Amino acid sequence: MAFVQNVPFFSIMISMFAGIVSSVLSAKTARRLNIIATVTIGLLSVWLLVFLIQSDIGSYTYMMGHFPAPWGNEIRAGVLEALMAIVFCVIMLLSLLGGLHKLAEEVAPAKENIFYILVDLLLGSLLALIYTNDIFTAYVFVEINTLAACGLIAIRETGRTFEAAVRYMIMSLLGSGLLLMGICMLYDMTGHLLMSNMKASIDVIMQEGTYAVPMLITIGLMVVGLAIKSALFPFHAWLPDAYGYSTISSAAMLSSLVSKGYIFLLVKIFYRVIGLEYITESHVLNIIFWFAITGMIFGSVNAIWEKDIRRMVAFSSVAQIGYIYMGFGLGTEAGIIASVYHMLMHSATKSMLFISAMGLTDVSGKNRDFFALTGAGYRNKVAGAGFLVGSLSMVGIPIFAGFVSKLLFAEAAISGASWRMFPAIITLGISTILNAVYFMKTVLRIYTPITKEEELEKGFVRIQWNQQKIYTVAIILFILLNVFLGTNSKPILQMIEVGLHNFM
Amino acid sequence: MIGLNWLPNFGEEVAMILFGIGFANLLFQKNLIKKIIGFNIMDTAIFLFLAEKGYITGRVAPIVVDGVQSVEKYINPVPGGLVLTGIVVSVSVSAVMLSLTMRLYKRYGTLDLDEISAQLRKEGR
Repeated sequence: MAFVQNVPFFSIMISMFAGIVSSVLSAKTARRLNIIATVTIGLLSVWLLVFLIQSDIGSYTYMMGHFPAPWGNEIRAGVLEALMAIVFCVIMLLSLLGGLHKLAEEVAPAKENIFYILVDLLLGSLLALIYTNDIFTAYVFVEINTLAACGLIAIRETGRTFEAAVRYMIMSLLGSGLLLMGICMLYDMTGHLLMSNMKASIDVIMQEGTYAVPMLITIGLMVVGLAIKSALFPFHAWLPDAYGYSTISSAAMLSSLVSKGYIFLLVKIFYRVIGLEYITESHVLNIIFWFAITGMIFGSVNAIWEKDIRRMVAFSSVAQIGYIYMGFGLGTEAGIIASVYHMLMHSATKSMLFISAMGLTDVSGKNRDFFALTGAGYRNKVAGAGFLVGSLSMVGIPIFAGFVSKLLFAEAAISGASWRMFPAIITLGISTILNAVYFMKTVLRIYTPITKEEELEKGFVRIQWNQQKIYTVAIILFILLNVFLGTNSKPILQMIEVGLHNFM
Repeated sequence: MIGLNWLPNFGEEVAMILFGIGFANLLFQKNLIKKIIGFNIMDTAIFLFLAEKGYITGRVAPIVVDGVQSVEKYINPVPGGLVLTGIVVSVSVSAVMLSLTMRLYKRYGTLDLDEISAQLRKEGR
């Protein structure tokens, strides 16, 4: 075994230990440790990805502890896992850097190192969700992820964030209760906890035709449980408050990473545990499909009505989660590839939108009202550029990432050749138009000039790029990442496809 | 469907009913403490379900005492391990929920989540 194959284990351990050590460090050291850990894990994952592409093993399992397959715990790594780990690390780092200068005013100084503990734990649990091959371990890390996310919402310590955190926890606990019940029923039917062994038993069970009803219920419980946790419409009520009032780095991380971790677990369950053909047969996907379609419209319509810019971006997340589940609902491999790509695109874009929205409100007297933002794009040019690129990407303009994912969804819907084709393609069209309405409306608003006198009268400030160097660098890297995803979609899609094939 | 297995599986049936009760309480109760109680009932129901599934009638706990090493003599120990892990998760989640509830109660003087939301809206932030 090559040394590089230890990388998944090292990644999880580095982030977890960074979290543990941070509890006794000062805020400044904890921040440094967090950044070093994230960069290290990112670089290690790049190493792993290069190794996996060059060698012909495709994917491998890694024994945790000294017990072999049916008893012990396992990690599994492939091209797709390594790719997700890299993207998660990059976005986590950029979200943190983008919100860094705001952290001091958002979080009490004594609690700042707790923020970094939570970020470390969040990264660790996401990596574990990506790599684990054991479904009960996945459940435990789902809960760690939820707790870390709850902490990230509540750390701002205002009444709003406590309420948002409680609402978030309630919905999440409902979801994880259902997920745990599903996992227990699956364990009872198969007698295994490792995903590959479960798959083998399920194949036998399904061919013999026993346990058809319990299996249907199990699939339903797990899919709905994870859908609740990742805020699929109509389970999204907690989302606008949680994303709208938490610290800016938390909002960027929550919207771009936390829900994606659950969705990635769902993809693993589809491919590695139950098998896509049984999932498609079970008709659970039909329910998800209709929820997703409604969510795509509903989220966008709510975003149009919303006057608070951060809540608008949050409602846009509801619509985008709808897109991802719509891809699953199509039930074809093309749909799932499109969804996985959309996950990457949405993580990269939504975190950038949150961070640039913060830059825009900062130069408008901290006023988040839509009309207060008039001309904000001139007052903070960096944030304006970030918001413009993010909006264009969300609407689906070529060379940005959003275009590719919209194209993939349309192709997947057309090639699907089932009754789902028409609703999918029509909703895609309507939702794109609605996206364009609220994003372009905001872009026009921030680039509508106001006079110097008005600016002075309202107490608005101007921020040049060199006043916030880290912020500027973060936004530029975000823009480059977006363009990179948009222009290099072919190798990335190949990796996703190979990775999904290796899942089986 | 309902027939021979109805009686021997009553433990699982009770677990499912409790799960439903807990789930409904967590979802529909307005009082935060009652919600947390509902959550605990829900999780405990899952643990009951697991324990029931791990038990095999007529066998004993998997601890070798008399040198009997035959697999046929013992029950499945894995669900027990899962229950323990689940309890740890459940306890930590309850602790976080209770501490959040305390903070909200100190600030707003009520445990009713809807009333807290109404007060927040009145504050206008």
